[in-house]
This record gives sequence, structure tokens and C-alpha cells, in this order.
Amino acid sequence: MRTWLRQHRQALLLASRKVSFLNAVVIGIALALPAGGYALLESLRPAGARLALEPRISLFLEPQVRRADAEALGKRLRADPRIGAVRFIPREEALKEMSSVQGLSEVIGALGRNPLPDAFVVTSKEDIAQELARLPGVAHAQADAVWARRLAAAAAVVQLGLALLAALLGAALVAVTFNTIRLQVLTQRDEIEVSKLIGATDAFIRRPFSYLGLLHGLLGGAVALALVAAVLALLNREVGALAESYGSAFRFAFLTPAGAAAMLLGAGLLGWLGAQLSVVRHLRAIEPS
Amino acid sequence: MVSFSAVAKRYPGGQEALRDVSFALEPGELAFLTGRSGAGKSTLLKLIPAIERPSAGSVLVNGQNVSALKRAAIPYLRRNIGLVFQDQKLLYDRSVYDNVMLPLAFSSHPPKEAARRARAALDKVGLLSRERSNPIQLSGGEQQRVAIARAVVNRPALLVADEPTANLDAESAGRILDIFVEFNRVGVTVLIATHDRELVARYGKRVLRLEGGRIA
Repeated sequence: MRTWLRQHRQALLLASRKVSFLNAVVIGIALALPAGGYALLESLRPAGARLALEPRISLFLEPQVRRADAEALGKRLRADPRIGAVRFIPREEALKEMSSVQGLSEVIGALGRNPLPDAFVVTSKEDIAQELARLPGVAHAQADAVWARRLAAAAAVVQLGLALLAALLGAALVAVTFNTIRLQVLTQRDEIEVSKLIGATDAFIRRPFSYLGLLHGLLGGAVALALVAAVLALLNREVGALAESYGSAFRFAFLTPAGAAAMLLGAGLLGWLGAQLSVVRHLRAIEPS
Repeated sequence: MVSFSAVAKRYPGGQEALRDVSFALEPGELAFLTGRSGAGKSTLLKLIPAIERPSAGSVLVNGQNVSALKRAAIPYLRRNIGLVFQDQKLLYDRSVYDNVMLPLAFSSHPPKEAARRARAALDKVGLLSRERSNPIQLSGGEQQRVAIARAVVNRPALLVADEPTANLDAESAGRILDIFVEFNRVGVTVLIATHDRELVARYGKRVLRLEGGRIA
């Protein structure tokens, strides 16, 4: 066990001396693309996802409907099994909400009276907007779900694109380490031949190369994370100013700690895989003669 | 220790390097393998650590049938055989000491014990004072002695040397052979291939003469 640990430590040490920073940068830039795209998408998702998950229908009541009738309608809506949540928004509350939006309070003040009707917001997985519009007292039913669905579909397309990009660049990572390790095996040809002659097992000879691939992947992953962090910081300086003008505190968020760790680990594993494929293939060709 | 029975080796292309070779080497024996270049000396030696496989017949090393050995078992066979080559096969990107340490990298010796063994091996070939040098700075004879130190550092029971004295002057060559004789004296079985019959005659040891791929 101690021998085994010592051999691994030595292999790791040997590999660490051969790490090429340039290689890690190449891998890092390749991985920064999908990782950065993922971070941007995740930042935009909270706004989109909430809408997409609960298709909402807004029911605007006719202005003359009295509060008691509205309450009766509310009861009817709550009894409908196809309808999830029901929220009543009295016209006063709607006005207050609207006044809080910058720039609109003056407009509303100028109107002198409340132009807004009472409204219900209901959620339903089914397409019942037109049916609800025919209920007594309902002036208009607006299904919010349509554009929310479009947004979700667009997000899904972007997400699929990112997944494909990640797969493609992951394959590139494997290819890069495969080639790096191939060259490394060739430059260490003499050492490998001697090692085989003096009784080194294939596993022993492979070990430093596998570690080299792992280190290249990990280092490349770290470079990618640093790049994403730097790019997001730059973007956020501009986005911050833009969002503030809309009264929003929106910022692009960095990957979650779990996401960053998964990305680092994934890059390391892909690097290891590339090295493993390469070394198994190229070591066979070197036999003492 | 080593036993060949009816061994033949044919290379792809039809060239027949060995034909019906049979002999046995007892534990603790030292024997010279002589013959002109091309007689099949190198081929015969390569069959012992399974660098080459025989086309027919069987090669036994320490009771183990090497000709039928699985690929994965070969490293463990080689750890018990010290190999010395005409072209030393040293690594010139590291010191003499590190060259001798190579076989200890995958042994189970703790680092201190490994270092002690490497120095002892270098001491036996008279090169302890050059442990920090790069092999390239050494003479041909000294390089061959480093190769011997590397071959014996794991204390193998069998030493196999292919033309270890070729390209060396008579004095260096004699010194190299003396070292092998010394190892043999402490019980190591030794098989040395050489074309220098004069040198061999001096030691009065067993001689296996190869001629056209057969033991003459």
C-alpha cells in the first residue's frame, strides 16, 4: 500500500514537471465558451423559468362588476379542477403596483381616476383562456403562457446548442491531450524502452502520462473558470449600469460552486481519458528489440 | 536456471536465426556464448527475458516456461534477470545515480533502502565517485559498468550480457568481465555473449559456441 502510494506520488511529481501551460490555455479557451454560455443562460433563467413553469391566464373583469360578484366568480374559479392557483388583484392594488413603476406614476396621477379593472390571475396547464373569457363579468382573458412558452422554447434551443458545443469542445479536449501525450510518449521513447527492459509494468509506465493528461484537463478547466469569471466581471460593469436604469439589480452570476467543481472535474476526466487512449495505443508500439 | 530445448527462431521473412538449440545453465554457473556476428547470439539471449519468442521449442527460466508467458507477466520475469547490452541503453537526461535507481522505482524498497542499494551497486563497479555525473561524461567502459550496476541493483539471480565488451579496449574489457566473474562468485548465474574468444579463453569457463544458429 505504501509502495503503491509512493509510486503514484512519484508519477504525479514526474507529470507535474512536464505540464505545459500553453496547452492548458488552449484547453481553457475551448472550455470557456460552453462554460460562459452556460453561466449567461443560467443567469437569465430565473425570470424565464418562473413564467414558463406556470402558464398564467389574466382575467380582466368588466369595470361595472361589483366586488361581491367578483368574489362569487373567484369561488367558481377555485372550484374548477383544471385551475391551479387563483389570485384576485383588486383594481386599487393594481394601481398601486403600476404607480411604483418608474415614470408611470405621473401618467396615472394625470388621469385623475383609476382606469384599471379588477382582475384574477389563475394558473392552468390547460388552454382554457377562451372558455374563461366567456364567464359572466369577464371582459378579457389574456394567456401569458404563449410568450412564456416561446421564451422557454428559445432557452431550450440555446441550451441544446450549448450542450452540443460542450460535447464538441470536450471531444477537442480529448483530442488535444491525446496528441500531447502521443508527442510526450515519442520524446520519452528511450526511457520507455529501458523501463520495459528492466521490468516495469505497463501500468507503471502509463501512470505519469495519465497524470499529465489529468493535470492538463484540470488546469485547462481552471483557466476556463478564470476566463469566465473575468468576462462576466467585465460584462457586469456595463450590465449593472443598464439594469439600474430599469430599476433592476440584475447581474450575470458566475457558475454555482457545484457547477464550477463539476466543470473542473469533467475537464480533468476528459484530459485523463485522452491521455489513457493515447498512451495505451502508443505504448504498444514501443517494444525493446 | 536456464534451459533451452529444441529451440528454433525464425524471423518474419523466413530468416532462420536459431535451429534446434538445446542447453541448460545450472544455478550459479557462468558460461560464455561465442560465435561470429550473425551466428544468433543476440537472438538466443533475447529469448531469455522474452524480448523475442521462440518459433518452436521451449525456454525455461527458473522453472518458468518463458515461451508461453502472458504479456502481463513479462515485467515480473525481467525483474529477476539483469540485462546488459552492447549499447548500454543508459538514459542521458539524468545522472549515473538516477540511471541505477530506475529499477528500484517499482520495487517495494523504502526510499532509504533503495538509495543504499543503488550506492552499493555503484560501489561494486567502482563508480561511486561518479554518481552525480551524466553518463555522457563517462568513457565507454565506465558507461558499461553503470549499465552493470543498473542490472544488478535489484539483486537478480541471473545476469545476461550481450557483447558487453564490444567497442572496448582490452583493459576495459577485462575489467568488465572481472566484474561479472565477481558476481558469479557470490552465486549469480551469468551468461555472456561475446565474439572475443581470446578473452574468453583466459577465464577457463564453460563456452557455448553458436554456429549458423546451432550449438556446435
